[in-house]
Amino acid sequence: MLKFPIYFDNHATTPVDPRVLDMMLPYFREHFGNAASRNHKYGWEAEEAVEIARKQIADLIGASAKEIVFTSGATESDNLAIRGAAYMYREKGDHIITAVTEHKAVIDTCKRLEKEGFRVTYLRVRKDGLIDLDHLREAVTDKTTLISIMTANNEIGVLQPIADIGAIARERGVLFHTDAVQAVGKVPFDVNAANVHMASLSAHKMYGPKGVGALYVRRRNPRVLLTPLIEGGGHERGMRSGTLNVPGIVGFGKAAELCRLEMAFDAAHTRVLRDRLNQKLHQNLGELYINGSMERRLPGSLNISFAYVEGESLLMGINDVAVSSGSACTSASLEPSYVLKALGTGDELAHSSIRFGIGRFNTEEEVDYVADKLVGVVRKLREMSPLYEMAKEGVDLSKMQWQTH
Amino acid sequence: MAYSDKVVDHFNHPRNVGSMPKDDPSVGTGLVGAPECGDVMKLQVRVNPSTGVIDEATFKTFGCGSAIASSSLATEWLKGKTVDEALAIKNTDIVAELALPPVKVHCSVLAEDAIRAAIADFKKKQEAGQ
Repeated sequence: MLKFPIYFDNHATTPVDPRVLDMMLPYFREHFGNAASRNHKYGWEAEEAVEIARKQIADLIGASAKEIVFTSGATESDNLAIRGAAYMYREKGDHIITAVTEHKAVIDTCKRLEKEGFRVTYLRVRKDGLIDLDHLREAVTDKTTLISIMTANNEIGVLQPIADIGAIARERGVLFHTDAVQAVGKVPFDVNAANVHMASLSAHKMYGPKGVGALYVRRRNPRVLLTPLIEGGGHERGMRSGTLNVPGIVGFGKAAELCRLEMAFDAAHTRVLRDRLNQKLHQNLGELYINGSMERRLPGSLNISFAYVEGESLLMGINDVAVSSGSACTSASLEPSYVLKALGTGDELAHSSIRFGIGRFNTEEEVDYVADKLVGVVRKLREMSPLYEMAKEGVDLSKMQWQTH
Repeated sequence: MAYSDKVVDHFNHPRNVGSMPKDDPSVGTGLVGAPECGDVMKLQVRVNPSTGVIDEATFKTFGCGSAIASSSLATEWLKGKTVDEALAIKNTDIVAELALPPVKVHCSVLAEDAIRAAIADFKKKQEAGQ
Protein backbone atom coordinates (compact mmCIF):
# COMPACT_ATOMS: atom_id res chain seq x y z
CA MET A 1 0.00 0.00 0.00
CA LEU A 2 1.37 3.37 -1.01
CA LYS A 3 1.20 6.15 1.51
CA PHE A 4 0.88 9.69 0.11
CA PRO A 5 2.59 12.01 -0.37
CA ILE A 6 5.52 9.77 -1.23
CA TYR A 7 8.65 11.14 0.44
CA PHE A 8 11.61 11.42 -1.96
CA ASP A 9 13.24 14.43 -0.31
CA ASN A 10 15.70 12.69 2.00
CA HIS A 11 18.39 15.32 1.32
CA ALA A 12 16.21 17.87 3.07
CA THR A 13 15.56 15.70 6.08
CA THR A 14 14.99 12.06 6.91
CA PRO A 15 12.21 10.57 9.04
CA VAL A 16 13.27 9.53 12.53
CA ASP A 17 13.88 5.80 12.63
CA PRO A 18 11.42 4.25 15.12
CA ARG A 19 14.35 2.53 16.87
CA VAL A 20 15.88 5.99 17.39
CA LEU A 21 12.69 7.43 18.82
CA ASP A 22 12.34 4.49 21.24
CA MET A 23 15.81 5.26 22.60
CA MET A 24 14.98 8.94 23.04
CA LEU A 25 11.66 8.77 24.85
CA PRO A 26 12.98 7.81 28.33
CA TYR A 27 15.20 10.91 28.22
CA PHE A 28 12.13 13.10 27.99
CA ARG A 29 10.32 11.20 30.73
CA GLU A 30 12.22 9.61 33.62
CA HIS A 31 15.83 10.47 32.69
CA PHE A 32 15.32 14.18 32.19
CA GLY A 33 18.49 15.27 33.99
CA ASN A 34 20.98 17.91 32.95
CA ALA A 35 24.16 16.21 31.78
CA ALA A 36 26.15 18.90 33.57
CA SER A 37 24.58 18.16 36.99
CA ARG A 38 27.36 16.42 38.86
CA ASN A 39 25.65 15.87 42.23
CA HIS A 40 22.79 13.46 41.61
CA LYS A 41 21.62 10.44 39.72
CA TYR A 42 19.58 12.42 37.17
CA GLY A 43 22.68 14.24 36.05
CA TRP A 44 24.84 11.12 36.03
CA GLU A 45 22.34 9.19 33.92
CA ALA A 46 22.14 12.01 31.42
CA GLU A 47 25.91 12.35 31.25
CA GLU A 48 26.37 8.63 30.78
CA ALA A 49 23.83 8.60 27.95
CA VAL A 50 25.57 11.52 26.26
CA GLU A 51 28.93 9.79 26.49
CA ILE A 52 27.52 6.60 24.95
CA ALA A 53 26.12 8.66 22.08
CA ARG A 54 29.41 10.51 21.67
CA LYS A 55 31.15 7.16 21.26
CA GLN A 56 28.53 5.90 18.80
CA ILE A 57 28.99 8.98 16.62
CA ALA A 58 32.79 8.85 16.88
CA ASP A 59 32.75 5.18 15.86
CA LEU A 60 30.81 6.00 12.70
CA ILE A 61 33.54 8.38 11.48
CA GLY A 62 36.69 6.75 12.88
CA ALA A 63 37.19 9.43 15.53
CA SER A 64 37.64 9.27 19.28
CA ALA A 65 34.70 10.25 21.49
CA LYS A 66 36.51 13.30 22.88
CA GLU A 67 36.68 14.79 19.38
CA ILE A 68 32.90 15.15 19.09
CA VAL A 69 31.45 18.57 20.00
CA PHE A 70 27.66 18.66 20.12
CA THR A 71 25.85 21.58 18.50
CA SER A 72 22.30 22.53 17.52
CA GLY A 73 22.83 21.28 13.97
CA ALA A 74 25.13 21.42 11.00
CA THR A 75 24.62 25.12 10.30
CA GLU A 76 26.02 25.87 13.73
CA SER A 77 28.79 23.31 13.19
CA ASP A 78 29.80 24.98 9.91
CA ASN A 79 29.78 28.39 11.58
CA LEU A 80 31.82 27.15 14.53
CA ALA A 81 34.37 25.38 12.36
CA ILE A 82 34.97 28.22 9.92
CA ARG A 83 34.66 31.26 12.15
CA GLY A 84 36.18 29.45 15.13
CA ALA A 85 39.27 28.46 13.13
CA ALA A 86 39.51 31.78 11.27
CA TYR A 87 39.55 33.75 14.53
CA MET A 88 41.82 31.32 16.37
CA TYR A 89 44.47 31.27 13.64
CA ARG A 90 44.20 34.88 12.51
CA GLU A 91 47.78 35.57 13.54
CA LYS A 92 48.93 32.86 11.15
CA GLY A 93 46.90 33.95 8.16
CA ASP A 94 43.71 35.48 6.85
CA HIS A 95 42.91 33.37 3.80
CA ILE A 96 40.21 30.70 3.47
CA ILE A 97 39.44 28.46 0.50
CA THR A 98 35.99 27.05 -0.22
CA ALA A 99 33.89 26.24 -3.30
CA VAL A 100 30.99 27.94 -5.06
CA THR A 101 28.72 24.91 -4.60
CA GLU A 102 29.00 24.76 -0.82
CA HIS A 103 25.95 24.94 1.41
CA LYS A 104 24.82 28.45 2.38
CA ALA A 105 25.92 27.76 5.94
CA VAL A 106 29.48 27.72 4.62
CA ILE A 107 29.17 30.38 1.88
CA ASP A 108 27.40 32.93 4.05
CA THR A 109 29.84 32.34 6.91
CA CYS A 110 32.73 32.99 4.53
CA LYS A 111 31.02 36.12 3.22
CA ARG A 112 30.68 37.40 6.75
CA LEU A 113 34.38 36.78 7.34
CA GLU A 114 35.19 38.72 4.17
CA LYS A 115 33.35 41.70 5.63
CA GLU A 116 35.55 41.32 8.71
CA GLY A 117 38.70 41.55 6.61
CA PHE A 118 39.43 37.92 5.76
CA ARG A 119 40.10 36.87 2.18
CA VAL A 120 38.16 33.98 0.68
CA THR A 121 38.76 32.04 -2.54
CA TYR A 122 35.63 30.37 -3.94
CA LEU A 123 36.79 27.52 -6.18
CA ARG A 124 34.71 26.88 -9.27
CA VAL A 125 33.58 23.36 -10.05
CA ARG A 126 33.79 21.32 -13.22
CA LYS A 127 30.75 20.29 -15.21
CA ASP A 128 30.50 17.14 -13.08
CA GLY A 129 30.26 19.25 -9.92
CA LEU A 130 33.69 18.32 -8.56
CA ILE A 131 36.44 20.77 -7.74
CA ASP A 132 39.67 20.66 -9.71
CA LEU A 133 42.49 19.64 -7.36
CA ASP A 134 45.00 21.68 -9.37
CA HIS A 135 42.89 24.78 -8.78
CA LEU A 136 42.97 23.99 -5.07
CA ARG A 137 46.75 23.54 -5.06
CA GLU A 138 47.19 26.85 -6.89
CA ALA A 139 44.86 28.64 -4.48
CA VAL A 140 46.76 27.74 -1.31
CA THR A 141 49.07 30.52 -0.14
CA ASP A 142 51.23 30.92 2.97
CA LYS A 143 48.39 32.98 4.42
CA THR A 144 45.82 30.20 3.98
CA THR A 145 44.61 28.78 7.28
CA LEU A 146 41.54 26.80 6.26
CA ILE A 147 40.06 24.80 3.39
CA SER A 148 36.33 24.07 3.67
CA ILE A 149 34.96 21.68 1.04
CA MET A 150 31.86 19.56 1.54
CA THR A 151 31.99 15.79 1.31
CA ALA A 152 28.68 15.34 -0.56
CA ASN A 153 26.63 18.09 -2.15
CA ASN A 154 23.11 18.60 -0.84
CA GLU A 155 21.59 19.41 -4.24
CA ILE A 156 23.37 17.15 -6.68
CA GLY A 157 24.78 14.50 -4.34
CA VAL A 158 28.27 14.48 -5.84
CA LEU A 159 31.13 13.29 -3.65
CA GLN A 160 34.16 15.57 -3.61
CA PRO A 161 37.61 13.93 -3.52
CA ILE A 162 38.06 14.66 0.18
CA ALA A 163 40.98 12.27 0.73
CA ASP A 164 42.93 14.15 -1.95
CA ILE A 165 41.87 17.50 -0.50
CA GLY A 166 42.93 16.29 2.95
CA ALA A 167 46.32 15.23 1.60
CA ILE A 168 46.87 18.66 0.02
CA ALA A 169 45.83 20.37 3.25
CA ARG A 170 48.20 18.23 5.30
CA GLU A 171 51.10 18.78 2.89
CA ARG A 172 50.61 22.55 3.01
CA GLY A 173 49.94 22.76 6.74
CA VAL A 174 46.38 24.06 6.30
CA LEU A 175 43.31 22.97 8.26
CA PHE A 176 40.65 21.06 6.37
CA HIS A 177 36.99 21.31 7.34
CA THR A 178 34.32 19.34 5.52
CA ASP A 179 30.56 19.69 5.73
CA ALA A 180 29.89 15.95 5.79
CA VAL A 181 26.17 16.22 6.56
CA GLN A 182 24.89 14.44 3.47
CA ALA A 183 27.61 11.80 3.35
CA VAL A 184 28.01 10.53 6.90
CA GLY A 185 25.90 7.47 7.49
CA LYS A 186 25.35 6.96 3.74
CA VAL A 187 28.88 6.24 2.53
CA PRO A 188 32.07 5.27 4.40
CA PHE A 189 33.61 8.34 5.99
CA ASP A 190 36.80 8.17 8.07
CA VAL A 191 38.41 11.28 9.47
CA ASN A 192 41.87 9.71 9.41
CA ALA A 193 41.67 8.19 5.95
CA ALA A 194 40.60 11.59 4.59
CA ASN A 195 42.97 13.72 6.72
CA VAL A 196 40.03 15.73 7.98
CA HIS A 197 40.56 18.23 10.80
CA MET A 198 36.93 19.20 11.29
CA ALA A 199 33.68 17.70 10.02
CA SER A 200 30.10 18.94 10.40
CA LEU A 201 27.43 16.34 11.09
CA SER A 202 23.66 16.49 11.47
CA ALA A 203 21.37 13.96 13.13
CA HIS A 204 18.27 14.63 11.06
CA LYS A 205 19.96 13.71 7.78
CA MET A 206 20.64 10.20 9.10
CA TYR A 207 17.29 9.19 10.58
CA GLY A 208 17.87 11.02 13.86
CA PRO A 209 16.02 14.00 15.32
CA LYS A 210 16.20 17.64 14.21
CA GLY A 211 17.90 20.22 16.39
CA VAL A 212 21.10 18.32 17.09
CA GLY A 213 24.37 18.13 15.23
CA ALA A 214 28.04 17.79 15.93
CA LEU A 215 31.40 19.10 14.91
CA TYR A 216 34.28 16.68 14.83
CA VAL A 217 37.36 18.57 16.00
CA ARG A 218 40.70 16.75 15.71
CA ARG A 219 42.63 16.44 18.99
CA ARG A 220 45.97 15.14 17.74
CA ASN A 221 48.13 15.40 14.60
CA PRO A 222 47.43 18.29 14.92
CA ARG A 223 45.34 19.43 17.88
CA VAL A 224 42.80 21.90 16.48
CA LEU A 225 41.73 24.84 18.62
CA LEU A 226 38.67 26.97 17.96
CA THR A 227 37.46 30.29 19.24
CA PRO A 228 33.97 29.56 20.60
CA LEU A 229 31.00 31.42 19.17
CA ILE A 230 28.76 30.73 22.16
CA GLU A 231 30.14 31.47 25.62
CA GLY A 232 28.67 30.19 28.85
CA GLY A 233 29.27 27.27 31.11
CA GLY A 234 32.27 25.88 29.26
CA HIS A 235 30.50 22.77 27.99
CA GLU A 236 31.99 20.67 25.18
CA ARG A 237 35.63 21.44 26.00
CA GLY A 238 34.76 25.14 26.05
CA MET A 239 34.04 25.15 22.34
CA ARG A 240 30.27 25.22 22.63
CA SER A 241 28.59 26.22 25.87
CA GLY A 242 24.96 25.47 26.54
CA THR A 243 22.99 22.71 28.24
CA LEU A 244 23.16 19.59 26.14
CA ASN A 245 20.07 18.42 24.28
CA VAL A 246 20.20 15.01 25.95
CA PRO A 247 17.25 13.27 24.22
CA GLY A 248 18.41 14.63 20.86
CA ILE A 249 21.97 13.49 21.47
CA VAL A 250 20.79 10.02 22.55
CA GLY A 251 18.80 9.80 19.32
CA PHE A 252 21.74 11.05 17.29
CA GLY A 253 23.95 8.36 18.83
CA LYS A 254 21.47 5.59 18.09
CA ALA A 255 21.00 6.88 14.55
CA ALA A 256 24.78 6.84 14.06
CA GLU A 257 25.02 3.31 15.39
CA LEU A 258 22.28 2.10 13.04
CA CYS A 259 23.95 3.80 10.09
CA ARG A 260 27.27 2.16 10.95
CA LEU A 261 25.74 -1.31 11.27
CA GLU A 262 23.37 -1.04 8.30
CA MET A 263 25.30 1.19 5.91
CA ALA A 264 26.06 -1.53 3.39
CA PHE A 265 22.43 -2.62 3.31
CA ASP A 266 21.04 0.94 3.15
CA ALA A 267 23.48 1.94 0.43
CA ALA A 268 22.65 -1.09 -1.71
CA HIS A 269 18.90 -0.56 -1.17
CA THR A 270 18.92 3.12 -2.07
CA ARG A 271 21.28 2.61 -5.00
CA VAL A 272 19.05 -0.06 -6.52
CA LEU A 273 15.99 2.18 -6.15
CA ARG A 274 17.78 5.25 -7.48
CA ASP A 275 19.05 3.34 -10.51
CA ARG A 276 15.60 1.89 -11.12
CA LEU A 277 14.07 5.36 -11.11
CA ASN A 278 16.77 6.70 -13.41
CA GLN A 279 16.41 3.80 -15.80
CA LYS A 280 12.61 4.04 -15.97
CA LEU A 281 12.75 7.74 -16.70
CA HIS A 282 15.36 7.29 -19.41
CA GLN A 283 13.45 4.43 -21.01
CA ASN A 284 10.35 6.57 -21.38
CA LEU A 285 11.57 10.11 -21.87
CA GLY A 286 14.18 11.77 -24.03
CA GLU A 287 16.28 14.84 -23.32
CA LEU A 288 16.96 14.22 -19.67
CA TYR A 289 20.14 15.66 -18.24
CA ILE A 290 21.70 14.35 -15.05
CA ASN A 291 23.22 17.12 -12.99
CA GLY A 292 26.57 16.18 -11.50
CA SER A 293 28.77 13.14 -11.75
CA MET A 294 26.85 9.86 -11.84
CA GLU A 295 29.96 7.88 -10.80
CA ARG A 296 30.90 9.92 -7.74
CA ARG A 297 27.53 10.32 -6.10
CA LEU A 298 25.58 9.39 -2.98
CA PRO A 299 23.70 6.13 -3.51
CA GLY A 300 20.16 7.53 -3.03
CA SER A 301 20.69 10.77 -4.90
CA LEU A 302 19.54 11.80 -8.35
CA ASN A 303 19.21 15.28 -9.83
CA ILE A 304 17.71 15.46 -13.30
CA SER A 305 16.77 18.29 -15.62
CA PHE A 306 13.74 17.61 -17.82
CA ALA A 307 14.37 19.79 -20.86
CA TYR A 308 11.55 22.10 -22.03
CA VAL A 309 9.60 21.71 -18.78
CA GLU A 310 9.74 24.16 -15.90
CA GLY A 311 10.47 22.62 -12.51
CA GLU A 312 7.70 24.12 -10.46
CA SER A 313 5.06 23.04 -12.94
CA LEU A 314 6.57 19.55 -12.74
CA LEU A 315 6.26 19.59 -8.97
CA MET A 316 2.67 20.77 -9.30
CA GLY A 317 1.96 17.89 -11.65
CA ILE A 318 3.34 15.35 -9.18
CA ASN A 319 1.85 16.94 -6.10
CA ASP A 320 1.52 13.59 -4.32
CA VAL A 321 5.31 13.22 -4.38
CA ALA A 322 7.58 15.24 -2.08
CA VAL A 323 10.71 16.32 -3.98
CA SER A 324 12.62 19.57 -4.53
CA SER A 325 13.39 21.61 -7.60
CA GLY A 326 16.22 23.96 -8.48
CA SER A 327 13.66 26.13 -10.23
CA ALA A 328 13.58 29.78 -9.26
CA CYS A 329 9.83 29.67 -8.89
CA THR A 330 10.19 27.39 -5.88
CA SER A 331 12.48 29.79 -4.07
CA ALA A 332 11.77 33.23 -2.69
CA SER A 333 14.70 34.78 -4.55
CA LEU A 334 13.42 34.04 -8.09
CA GLU A 335 16.95 32.87 -8.87
CA PRO A 336 17.52 29.30 -9.99
CA SER A 337 19.81 27.07 -7.96
CA TYR A 338 23.33 28.53 -7.66
CA VAL A 339 24.69 24.99 -7.50
CA LEU A 340 23.22 24.02 -10.87
CA LYS A 341 24.29 27.34 -12.39
CA ALA A 342 27.84 26.62 -11.20
CA LEU A 343 27.87 23.44 -13.30
CA GLY A 344 27.49 25.61 -16.38
CA THR A 345 24.45 23.72 -17.65
CA GLY A 346 22.53 26.91 -18.35
CA ASP A 347 19.77 28.60 -16.44
CA GLU A 348 16.99 26.98 -18.44
CA LEU A 349 18.09 23.51 -17.35
CA ALA A 350 18.46 24.71 -13.77
CA HIS A 351 14.81 25.80 -14.00
CA SER A 352 13.90 22.31 -15.20
CA SER A 353 15.58 20.28 -12.47
CA ILE A 354 14.24 17.94 -9.84
CA ARG A 355 16.21 16.54 -6.92
CA PHE A 356 15.30 13.04 -5.80
CA GLY A 357 16.57 11.84 -2.44
CA ILE A 358 15.79 8.20 -1.86
CA GLY A 359 16.19 6.88 1.67
CA ARG A 360 16.09 3.89 3.95
CA PHE A 361 12.29 3.71 4.08
CA ASN A 362 11.49 4.06 0.39
CA THR A 363 10.25 1.10 -1.63
CA GLU A 364 10.33 -0.22 -5.17
CA GLU A 365 6.58 0.30 -5.42
CA GLU A 366 7.08 3.99 -4.65
CA VAL A 367 9.78 4.29 -7.31
CA ASP A 368 7.50 2.74 -9.91
CA TYR A 369 4.64 5.06 -8.99
CA VAL A 370 6.83 8.17 -9.11
CA ALA A 371 8.45 7.16 -12.41
CA ASP A 372 5.10 6.49 -14.09
CA LYS A 373 3.57 9.67 -12.79
CA LEU A 374 6.56 11.77 -13.86
CA VAL A 375 6.62 10.32 -17.34
CA GLY A 376 2.98 11.25 -17.81
CA VAL A 377 3.39 14.75 -16.44
CA VAL A 378 6.56 15.49 -18.42
CA ARG A 379 4.85 14.36 -21.64
CA LYS A 380 1.80 16.49 -20.91
CA LEU A 381 3.87 19.57 -20.05
CA ARG A 382 6.09 19.13 -23.08
CA GLU A 383 2.99 19.10 -25.28
CA MET A 384 2.16 22.40 -23.61
CA SER A 385 5.68 23.81 -23.96
CA PRO A 386 6.50 26.28 -26.74
CA LEU A 387 10.18 25.38 -26.31
CA TYR A 388 9.50 21.72 -27.05
CA GLU A 389 7.50 22.67 -30.12
CA MET A 390 10.25 24.96 -31.38
CA ALA A 391 12.95 22.37 -30.74
CA LYS A 392 10.93 19.80 -32.71
CA GLU A 393 10.65 22.31 -35.57
CA GLY A 394 14.43 22.53 -35.57
CA VAL A 395 14.74 25.97 -33.99
CA ASP A 396 18.03 26.39 -32.12
CA LEU A 397 16.76 27.75 -28.81
CA SER A 398 20.18 28.98 -27.78
CA LYS A 399 20.32 31.26 -30.83
CA MET A 400 16.86 32.79 -30.30
CA GLN A 401 16.56 36.44 -29.38
CA TRP A 402 14.46 36.19 -26.25
CA GLN A 403 12.52 39.06 -24.89
CA THR A 404 13.69 39.06 -21.28
CA HIS A 405 11.58 40.83 -18.75
CA MET B 1 3.17 27.54 -1.43
CA ALA B 2 -0.52 26.85 -1.77
CA TYR B 3 -2.15 27.48 -5.14
CA SER B 4 -5.63 28.90 -5.51
CA ASP B 5 -8.31 26.51 -6.72
CA LYS B 6 -8.54 28.40 -10.00
CA VAL B 7 -4.81 28.07 -10.67
CA VAL B 8 -5.00 24.35 -9.94
CA ASP B 9 -8.03 23.99 -12.21
CA HIS B 10 -6.32 25.75 -15.13
CA PHE B 11 -3.16 23.75 -14.54
CA ASN B 12 -4.96 20.40 -14.48
CA HIS B 13 -7.38 21.30 -17.28
CA PRO B 14 -5.64 23.92 -19.40
CA ARG B 15 -7.96 25.58 -21.94
CA ASN B 16 -6.99 26.05 -25.56
CA VAL B 17 -3.57 24.44 -25.56
CA GLY B 18 -2.25 24.31 -29.09
CA SER B 19 -0.85 26.16 -32.03
CA MET B 20 -2.19 27.80 -35.17
CA PRO B 21 -0.20 28.35 -38.37
CA LYS B 22 1.84 31.45 -37.67
CA ASP B 23 2.02 32.43 -41.34
CA ASP B 24 -1.77 32.63 -41.63
CA PRO B 25 -2.64 36.33 -42.20
CA SER B 26 -5.58 36.11 -39.77
CA VAL B 27 -3.40 34.72 -36.97
CA GLY B 28 -1.38 36.91 -34.61
CA THR B 29 1.41 35.28 -32.59
CA GLY B 30 3.03 36.58 -29.42
CA LEU B 31 6.12 34.90 -27.97
CA VAL B 32 7.33 36.47 -24.75
CA GLY B 33 9.66 35.61 -21.88
CA ALA B 34 12.94 33.73 -21.90
CA PRO B 35 13.95 30.19 -20.98
CA GLU B 36 16.68 31.39 -18.60
CA CYS B 37 14.04 33.35 -16.68
CA GLY B 38 11.92 30.23 -16.36
CA ASP B 39 8.92 31.52 -18.34
CA VAL B 40 8.13 31.49 -22.06
CA MET B 41 4.59 32.06 -23.34
CA LYS B 42 3.35 31.64 -26.86
CA LEU B 43 -0.12 33.04 -27.35
CA GLN B 44 -2.00 33.12 -30.64
CA VAL B 45 -5.25 34.73 -31.75
CA ARG B 46 -7.25 34.19 -34.93
CA VAL B 47 -9.22 37.26 -35.85
CA ASN B 48 -12.29 37.12 -38.07
CA PRO B 49 -11.45 39.64 -40.82
CA SER B 50 -15.05 40.70 -41.41
CA THR B 51 -16.04 41.27 -37.78
CA GLY B 52 -12.68 42.04 -36.13
CA VAL B 53 -13.60 39.57 -33.38
CA ILE B 54 -11.15 36.99 -31.99
CA ASP B 55 -12.80 33.68 -32.72
CA GLU B 56 -9.94 31.46 -31.65
CA ALA B 57 -7.11 31.76 -29.11
CA THR B 58 -4.44 29.20 -28.23
CA PHE B 59 -1.37 29.05 -26.01
CA LYS B 60 1.68 27.06 -25.14
CA THR B 61 3.61 27.94 -22.00
CA PHE B 62 6.89 26.89 -20.42
CA GLY B 63 6.65 28.07 -16.87
CA CYS B 64 5.29 27.51 -13.41
CA GLY B 65 1.69 26.60 -12.64
CA SER B 66 0.71 30.25 -12.30
CA ALA B 67 2.21 31.09 -15.70
CA ILE B 68 0.30 28.23 -17.30
CA ALA B 69 -2.91 29.29 -15.55
CA SER B 70 -2.44 32.95 -16.55
CA SER B 71 -2.06 32.11 -20.23
CA SER B 72 -4.88 29.56 -20.15
CA LEU B 73 -7.18 32.15 -18.60
CA ALA B 74 -6.07 34.76 -21.15
CA THR B 75 -7.11 32.54 -24.06
CA GLU B 76 -10.52 32.03 -22.46
CA TRP B 77 -11.02 35.75 -22.07
CA LEU B 78 -9.79 36.59 -25.56
CA LYS B 79 -12.34 34.51 -27.41
CA GLY B 80 -15.28 36.60 -28.54
CA LYS B 81 -13.56 39.91 -27.84
CA THR B 82 -12.69 42.50 -30.48
CA VAL B 83 -9.04 43.40 -30.87
CA ASP B 84 -9.58 46.66 -28.98
CA GLU B 85 -11.44 44.92 -26.17
CA ALA B 86 -8.59 42.40 -25.94
CA LEU B 87 -6.09 45.19 -25.47
CA ALA B 88 -8.09 46.37 -22.46
CA ILE B 89 -7.27 43.16 -20.53
CA LYS B 90 -4.92 44.12 -17.70
CA ASN B 91 -2.55 41.92 -15.77
CA THR B 92 -4.27 43.03 -12.57
CA ASP B 93 -7.50 41.43 -13.85
CA ILE B 94 -5.63 38.14 -14.14
CA VAL B 95 -4.09 38.55 -10.68
CA ALA B 96 -7.55 39.13 -9.21
CA GLU B 97 -9.24 36.27 -11.06
CA LEU B 98 -6.54 33.70 -10.18
CA ALA B 99 -5.76 35.12 -6.71
CA LEU B 100 -2.05 35.19 -7.56
CA PRO B 101 0.32 35.96 -4.68
CA PRO B 102 2.78 38.89 -5.09
CA VAL B 103 5.65 36.57 -6.05
CA LYS B 104 3.58 35.37 -9.04
CA VAL B 105 2.44 38.75 -10.35
CA HIS B 106 5.12 38.56 -13.04
CA CYS B 107 3.21 35.62 -14.57
CA SER B 108 0.21 37.86 -15.17
CA VAL B 109 2.44 40.61 -16.59
CA LEU B 110 3.84 38.09 -19.04
CA ALA B 111 0.32 37.06 -20.08
CA GLU B 112 -0.62 40.67 -20.74
CA ASP B 113 2.60 41.09 -22.74
CA ALA B 114 1.71 37.98 -24.74
CA ILE B 115 -1.75 39.32 -25.58
CA ARG B 116 -0.29 42.64 -26.74
CA ALA B 117 2.42 40.91 -28.76
CA ALA B 118 -0.09 38.61 -30.47
CA ILE B 119 -2.37 41.51 -31.42
CA ALA B 120 0.56 43.65 -32.56
CA ASP B 121 1.65 40.78 -34.80
CA PHE B 122 -1.86 40.47 -36.24
CA LYS B 123 -2.07 44.22 -36.88
CA LYS B 124 1.33 44.21 -38.55
CA LYS B 125 0.16 41.46 -40.91
CA GLN B 126 -3.03 43.41 -41.69
CA GLU B 127 -1.05 46.53 -42.56
CA ALA B 128 1.38 44.54 -44.68
CA GLY B 129 -1.53 42.93 -46.52
CA GLN B 130 -3.24 46.23 -47.42
